[in-house]
Amino acid sequence: MAKGIRDKVAILGMGCSKFGERWDREADDLIVEAYEEAIADAGIETSQIEAAWFSTAIEEQHVGKSGVPLATALRLPYIPVTRVENFCASGSEAFRGATYAVASGACDIALALGVEKLKDTGYGGLPQRGRGALNSMYWANISAPGSFAQLAAAYRAKHGVSRETLKQAMAHISVKSHDNGSRNPKAHLQNKITEDAVLKAPLVAEPLGLFDCCGVSDGSACAIVTTPEIAKSLGKRDLITVKALQLAVSNGQEAQHNSWDGSYFATARAAAKRAYQEAGIDKPREQLSLVEAHDCFSITELVTLEDLFISPEGGAVKDVLDGFYDADGQVPCQIDGGLKCFGHPIGASGLRMIYEIYLQMQGRAGARQRQQEPVRGLVHNLGGMPHQNVCSIAIIGKHGA
Amino acid sequence: MLGTEIRERSLMVGIASFGGYIPRRRLSRKAIVDANGWFNAGLRAYAKAERAICAWDEDSVTMAVDAARDALADGPRDGFRALYLATTSAPFEDRQNAGIVAQALRLGAELNTMDVGASQRAGTTGLIAALDAVAARGGPVLYLAAEKRRAAAASPAELLYGDGAAALILDRADGVARFLGSRSASVDFVDHYKGKGREFDYGWEERWIRDEGFLKIVPPVIAGALAEAGVKPADIAHFCLPCTLPRVAQAIAKQAGLSESSVRTNLDGACGDTGTAHPLVMLVHALQEAKPGERILVASFGNGSDALVFEATGALPAMQQKRRGIAGSLRQRKEETNYAKYLAINDLVKMERGLRAEVDKQTPLTTLYRKKDMLLSLVGGRCERCGTVQFPKSNICVNPNCRAMHSQVDQPFSEFSGKIMSFTADNLTYCPEPPAHYGMVQFAEGGRIMVDFTEVDAGEVEVGMPMRMVFRIKEVDPTRGFTKYFWKAAPAGGAKEV
Repeated sequence: MAKGIRDKVAILGMGCSKFGERWDREADDLIVEAYEEAIADAGIETSQIEAAWFSTAIEEQHVGKSGVPLATALRLPYIPVTRVENFCASGSEAFRGATYAVASGACDIALALGVEKLKDTGYGGLPQRGRGALNSMYWANISAPGSFAQLAAAYRAKHGVSRETLKQAMAHISVKSHDNGSRNPKAHLQNKITEDAVLKAPLVAEPLGLFDCCGVSDGSACAIVTTPEIAKSLGKRDLITVKALQLAVSNGQEAQHNSWDGSYFATARAAAKRAYQEAGIDKPREQLSLVEAHDCFSITELVTLEDLFISPEGGAVKDVLDGFYDADGQVPCQIDGGLKCFGHPIGASGLRMIYEIYLQMQGRAGARQRQQEPVRGLVHNLGGMPHQNVCSIAIIGKHGA
Repeated sequence: MLGTEIRERSLMVGIASFGGYIPRRRLSRKAIVDANGWFNAGLRAYAKAERAICAWDEDSVTMAVDAARDALADGPRDGFRALYLATTSAPFEDRQNAGIVAQALRLGAELNTMDVGASQRAGTTGLIAALDAVAARGGPVLYLAAEKRRAAAASPAELLYGDGAAALILDRADGVARFLGSRSASVDFVDHYKGKGREFDYGWEERWIRDEGFLKIVPPVIAGALAEAGVKPADIAHFCLPCTLPRVAQAIAKQAGLSESSVRTNLDGACGDTGTAHPLVMLVHALQEAKPGERILVASFGNGSDALVFEATGALPAMQQKRRGIAGSLRQRKEETNYAKYLAINDLVKMERGLRAEVDKQTPLTTLYRKKDMLLSLVGGRCERCGTVQFPKSNICVNPNCRAMHSQVDQPFSEFSGKIMSFTADNLTYCPEPPAHYGMVQFAEGGRIMVDFTEVDAGEVEVGMPMRMVFRIKEVDPTRGFTKYFWKAAPAGGAKEV
């Protein structure tokens, strides 16, 4: 296996727009909002950026195809701009493109920017999309909550967990994320909720209720990356570097072969193993300071914490209920509110998760700052459905750690 | 003057197998009358019992497929000469509906397929033609009749009609019932009609239909059929005549010299009158009860009349054990008391379906043709190298320990027995009848499909539940009038009675 990119790329600056129902903002407004923060944080000029990666997933709903919308919004000076899409893990793809460009030496400073403007559909939830000519003719009439809800059925069957216990653990996850979101001024949802309210909410897709589902938001986030040497030459101290970037993509095995039982993410396990190896982590439960998991649904977060080898298989329910992942627990998960409350503007989400880890490492997370100094953070960005998905894992940490 | 014709039958022709299908859902007629009785007090006479109604994802084509699968059972599917489908409620005016059924059943391309329709007599007229074809050219021929008639709200038809299908396999042998003879009459007697582009039937006075229609047109045809069959009227044990008018079948039996006890139930209040399929539905129902040697007379009425005579053979009792037929379908029943839901799923009332229903549903016909075995016949792949079966078929085997290239041969999945591995009941996605149930179904024979469920009841689905695959409507493209079919998973052996 290749040596990987551990500590080869540093984050020079990051920015993130306010997430939420941005009725008065167009996608390019959100792009500029995130970018202004990042370029100021980086302390460079736009002309110093040599290449850009632009992530959106449901581009037909807002900016349309290609890299042109980003280049135009930021008036980028005829540099390479590549639009990327990989379901809900698109933001991580943009980060991967920019990071690999720097790691390869192809360019010194690169930009990754994601945006999604989802609230122009006329209804709540994700937009209904075509799935491709043939897929539309045979795929089940599947929605995002309906596909992830099935994790619960399979998880219960495998681990002998009652519906009530699982619902309770899922409720704990959502209550925790709302608590965290209430301390985040950029979060889409900043209200606290009670376990009782979660359990009494109407069902969206059995057994997921309204509060088991993340927000569908407008928003943008971006990262400017460079080499540690250049970062230092630009006056940066206490660098935050990339420890690992891994991506695993379903090949149809889960969907077609009877070796997968539906209770976990085969991709997450593969990507996590490779990421830990790249980052030099062998005890994730002890070595990770923070986790940003792709909590599109509460059950996704629960199952993922096992797939990341932080909780033992079948043990996430106990860990969750014990408060292991709470903001004051051993490994806080979604200390910023997560997709659940920070929100989920698809193309921006992976970058938003990195943004939070980046802020926390620098002690800049305000009211939600983790007091115990974070050293390594894991970003898990998932796209698709449990039976066919893309799973990205990024590990970010202090330079040299 | 009745047009009649006597045929010579030198060759033995019979029914080799039979099958039936009545939708599980039975709409309470009281629920209909409770809703509409204020407008037409005359409807109250029908306020008892029930009628069969299709689920939102069923039509004449899907019911024909299910009835045919009952008749085919695990018998061979190759070698069929022809497939005829009789219906006046075909989903397509110009795209052969019998061809869709043949494709779904994997009967092969070397098949003579034909739609028969345009009259309530089509079911029996087509059957006589099919029997003639078998006599002349040999069999087997798969003969199907299916009907899902639309009826206007508050009409008696809404209470009396029912949805259902019947299937017969005809061949040059006695089979389970030997064909003895038939007679037809073509009479342009318009008791009702449905004009081009019209949604509903337009009918004339019932007393005239009874006196000038049934009672004058049917008896001579019965007499002719009996004469051709060489059977005395008193020797008929089962008399099948669909008629929603009261006491008409009894009056005709009396006129024709048939015993009073031979008049079979028209299944009114059970499934209702299944239109042009109904003579066959009643015939299959009779075949499920007849004893060897008994004679069955089937007659129809619609722009004339047909009558056919069969004789049950010693092979019938064994088959009675093996077929669901009409009797078995009637036992698999779920009462529906929500009349408003019936109106909604049949597009009989303007519903607010929401913005999620607005997604473009165009079907690329090139893709449909290229993938017809996969989409209409549920054919997947089996790896000749490692034996792994998978859906859909692909160039490289899905088995991670194999990955052979171009090693897959056709593997039908439609008769596989599945179990639910994971599922949900989805209230978000657009579905004509929410919640949308779907999930991963894993097959005992290998392979799995993430697939829509049908015929399941909310709160009754569990991991491990046995499922069978059924041919259903995937969705309807309202902009272009195209019905998309695919397969869904339904509880195996029929859902429990609710």
